[in-house]
Parts: sequence; C-alpha cells; structure tokens
Amino acid sequence: MLKGRLLKDRIARHYMLLATIFSIFILFLIGGGLLVKSLPIMQEKSLWTLLTTSNWRPFKGDFGFASYILSTLYVTAIAIAIALPLSLLTSIYIIEYASPRILRAFTAVVDLLSGIPPVIYGVWGTLTIVPFISEKLAPHFVEFSTGYSVLAGGIVLAIMIIPLIISILIEVFSAVPKEMREASLSLGATKWQTVKKVVIRKSIPGIVAATVLAISRAFGETIAVLMVCGNFTTLPKSIFDACYPIPALIANNYGEMMSVPRYESALMFAAFLLFFIIVLFNVISRLVLIQIDKRYQL
Amino acid sequence: MELMTAPSIAEQPTPKAKSSSGCLRPHIEVENLNLYIQNNHILKNINLAIPDKSITCIIGPSGCGKTTLLRTFNRLHDGSVDVKITGKLFVDCEDIYAKDTEVTHIRKKMGLLAQRPCSLPMSIIDNVVYGPRIHGVRGKRKLYAIARHQLNAVGLWGEVKDRLKSPASKLSIGQQQRLCLARGLAVEPEIILGDEATSALDPISSKTIEELFLSIKDKYTIVLVTHTLRQAKRIADYVAFMYMGELIEFGTADQVFNHPKHKLTKEYISGGFS
Repeated sequence: MLKGRLLKDRIARHYMLLATIFSIFILFLIGGGLLVKSLPIMQEKSLWTLLTTSNWRPFKGDFGFASYILSTLYVTAIAIAIALPLSLLTSIYIIEYASPRILRAFTAVVDLLSGIPPVIYGVWGTLTIVPFISEKLAPHFVEFSTGYSVLAGGIVLAIMIIPLIISILIEVFSAVPKEMREASLSLGATKWQTVKKVVIRKSIPGIVAATVLAISRAFGETIAVLMVCGNFTTLPKSIFDACYPIPALIANNYGEMMSVPRYESALMFAAFLLFFIIVLFNVISRLVLIQIDKRYQL
Repeated sequence: MELMTAPSIAEQPTPKAKSSSGCLRPHIEVENLNLYIQNNHILKNINLAIPDKSITCIIGPSGCGKTTLLRTFNRLHDGSVDVKITGKLFVDCEDIYAKDTEVTHIRKKMGLLAQRPCSLPMSIIDNVVYGPRIHGVRGKRKLYAIARHQLNAVGLWGEVKDRLKSPASKLSIGQQQRLCLARGLAVEPEIILGDEATSALDPISSKTIEELFLSIKDKYTIVLVTHTLRQAKRIADYVAFMYMGELIEFGTADQVFNHPKHKLTKEYISGGFS
C-alpha cells in the first residue's frame, strides 16, 4: 500500500508526462491535419508544378505557388538583413557600454515595443514607409513603384522583430560571465576586442537561436505584412515590386470563394507549405548549432 | 587606538630602483589611495610600495579590501560605474589613474590570475596566444612557438601538446589555472597579480601553482591576495596585512610573521580572528 505522498508523487509524474506528450502531439496533429486537407490538390497536380509555377487562376484550376513562396522568402530575408545587424549593435551597446540605468530604461521600452499589436505596425507602415518608398526611394532605382512592395514588407517586419531579437540577445550577452571579460581586458585587450573575440564568440549559439526565432516569427507574420506588401500575384522582379507572402494569401482568401473547386485544398496546401518551411528551417538550424558547437569549441 | 599607522614609505624595505627607465620609484607604488563604492569607503588611504622581482602577499580577513586593492592595480574597476577612486598609483613611475593614461598598455604589463580559472571560449592554443594576437603578433609559426614556450613554462606542454586544438574548457580546473598563467605570461608582463589564485584548486594543483610562482619570481613582480596564511608563509617575500580597508602593516615576510609591530597583525597571524 502506497503512502499518500508517494502516490501523489507518482500521479504527478504521470500527469506531467501526459501533458508533455500532448504538447508534442499537437505539432503532428497540425501537420497531419493540413497534409490531409491538401491531399486533393496534391493528387491532381504534381508537387513540382505546384511549387515551380506561378500561375494563380483558381477558376481555371491553375494553382502555382512559386510567387508566394518567393515573396515569403524575400520579405523574411530583407527583414532579417535589416534587423539582425541593428539588434546586434544595439544589444552590445546596451550590455557592454551603457550604464545600468539606460539598460533598465531600455529593457522596458523593448518589452513595450514587442507588446504592440501587429496591426499598428501595419498602419504605421502604410502611412510612412509605403509613401517614403514610392516617392523618395524607388524613383532612384525604378520607373514606378506604388510603395506597396517587398521592401516595405521587409522594413515593417524588421521593425517588428527587432525588439524580439534584442530582448533575447540582451539575455544572451548578460549570460557571458564577467570574469571572462576581465580575463580578456586584463591581457590588454580593448573593449571592442573583448566584445568581438570573447563576448560575441561565446554567444554565437545564442545569436543563432535568436535569429532562428526571429525568422520563424517573420515567416508567419501576417497582418502587418499583408497591409504593406501590395498582395499581387507575380514574381517580384525587384524589391520595389509588390509581392504576396503565403500568410497573406491564406488570410485574404480563406473563407471566400470556397465554391471554386480545389480552392480550399490549395489554401490548405499553402498553410502546409508554411508549416513545412518553418519546421524544416528549425531542424536545419539545430544541425547548424551542433556544428557551431563542434567548430568553435565553446 | 591608532589604526592609521601604515608605515611610511621610508620605513619600508627599500625596493630596488628600476634603472632601465630611470625610474626611481618601486615597481608598484600606491599613494594615498582611497576607493569608494556607492559612498562606502572601501579602501582607506592606502600607501604601499611593492618591490620588484619578488612575491608580495596581501593578507587579511574576508572583506578587508585586499581583492579590491589588487584590482585597482590594473584598473579593473573601470567597468563599474559606482566606483570612485582618489589618490595615485604608480606603475613604472606612470600614474595609472592620471586623466590621460591609456589603460590597455598598463594591463598588458600585468597578468591576472582569477580566483577561479577563466579560460576563454576557444581552443587551448588560442587561449595562450590570445594576448599576443590582440597585440598584433601574426604568423602561425611564431604563435605556435609562443604557445609552446609558455605552456612549457607552466609545465603544461607535456599534458596538452597532443590536443592543442581542443577546447580549453575540457581541461581540469588545475590545468586551466596553469593555462591562464601561461596566457598571462604570453603578453610578456612585468607583474603577475593573483587573486586567491589557488583557492578553487585541489592541494596538488595549488602546490604546482605555488612552485611556479617561486620559479618565476626572479623575472616577475608577483602580488598575491591570499587568505591562507600558510600559503603566505610558504612563498611570500613581503607581506601586507590589511584590516577593514586599511593597510595595517607591511614588511618582509620574516618581520611580519615573526616580529609583527602591530597588535592586530599579531592577533591575525596567531589565528585570533579570521
């Protein structure tokens, strides 16, 4: 006969195991559900056709996802290219150079920024970034741009993920022990040498993790991007052209025109694609992290 | 009771003058040094002259300010905003707290051994040549030679020569401390600062480090903070006793341990308090 507290211990453990299994199971549930729903279109067209053509004429039964996939990748790439360097420099400044008072004030601001709803970023982007691109920036490079473009999406997205990256990086850099910095400084290294060769080096896994999280978030961001991207199904030829990322496609069309054959299935396939890209991306970054660990000998 | 009887410089054992630079001061000389952390008076009017090419141990009970004093020598307090320092500190006749003094060349003169060895996040060899690299030494062969020489100097070469490229963090803690010493020596310092450098080590590793200090003291000025009296007795040439932020007594090891002038010193070394 088990005593009460031992019994509780056992129940608690099993209960937690169950909860753990359930949360992992959800991942497969979502992936499986999307896959099943997108099967009809995958049976009708080859995967290759779906992924490499960009004709999108639901009424005629043409479903090509190339422009959506490319749009998603473009916008995300631009966002990361802008956000990562800025966030790195900012968080290094905050941790290594700024006074504790600035650190506290800044952390509060960053938390606030990440709490602002995406739709506000979207509106702000429409009011400022879009006209700026169409009137000031684009005329230097292309003949005509409405401003609703890959670049606008990238910029708005960058602004949205900067607080996320910074708040993670601040944690990552603070985790580097003070003694390690002192070891470097006491050898006569300058502050910048110490930052570059010790702090950043020690933080590489953390920086990669922050980037992965930011990219995953950027892939899926919908509303803000949808508001400034133009949502036009073509292969964007330059960053000043309109584009149509996958999340925007789903959000704009799901629930409408469902009478069109295969339309729902096509949108489900889009969702599955997004899901698959993110999972694949996470797996790859895990592998990269393992390699980094081996190579940099942290 | 007079606590302010820190011996005047005249009474202290006369250190060898540094002839090369024409500098007539002792290697490290502290003049009226005061240190405050958020208005707490931590170091009180310290006057101290540390002689060249010998081992000076700073002893005293916990919280007496010995580590704080040691860290003023290479300006490691620079990073803390709430630390205020007044007074003068001369290294090779250069006042390191003067306004226009550039800090990296002062730190380059001193190797620091921390309480717990702190290897940098890189391979063993990269740890040793970290200093030379940041000071502009280039060339694989040259760096390898430096690493080999310094690892030999700390008796680590035989143990690590087959795995120079493996992470330094994989070494035992005693090996890491020797690695840190090698890393410090690689920038060719004049001074070695040790902040309870053996307190985290096992007895055998401690002994190895102590012996290392003894074997290199004819080339370096070594300043060690320790709260193991026995260690100070074993290796010190000069001893500084601190209490509550003040320097109570400074003299040769023989004088401080066998004929202490001050009552507090006598009590402390006889184990009256710790």
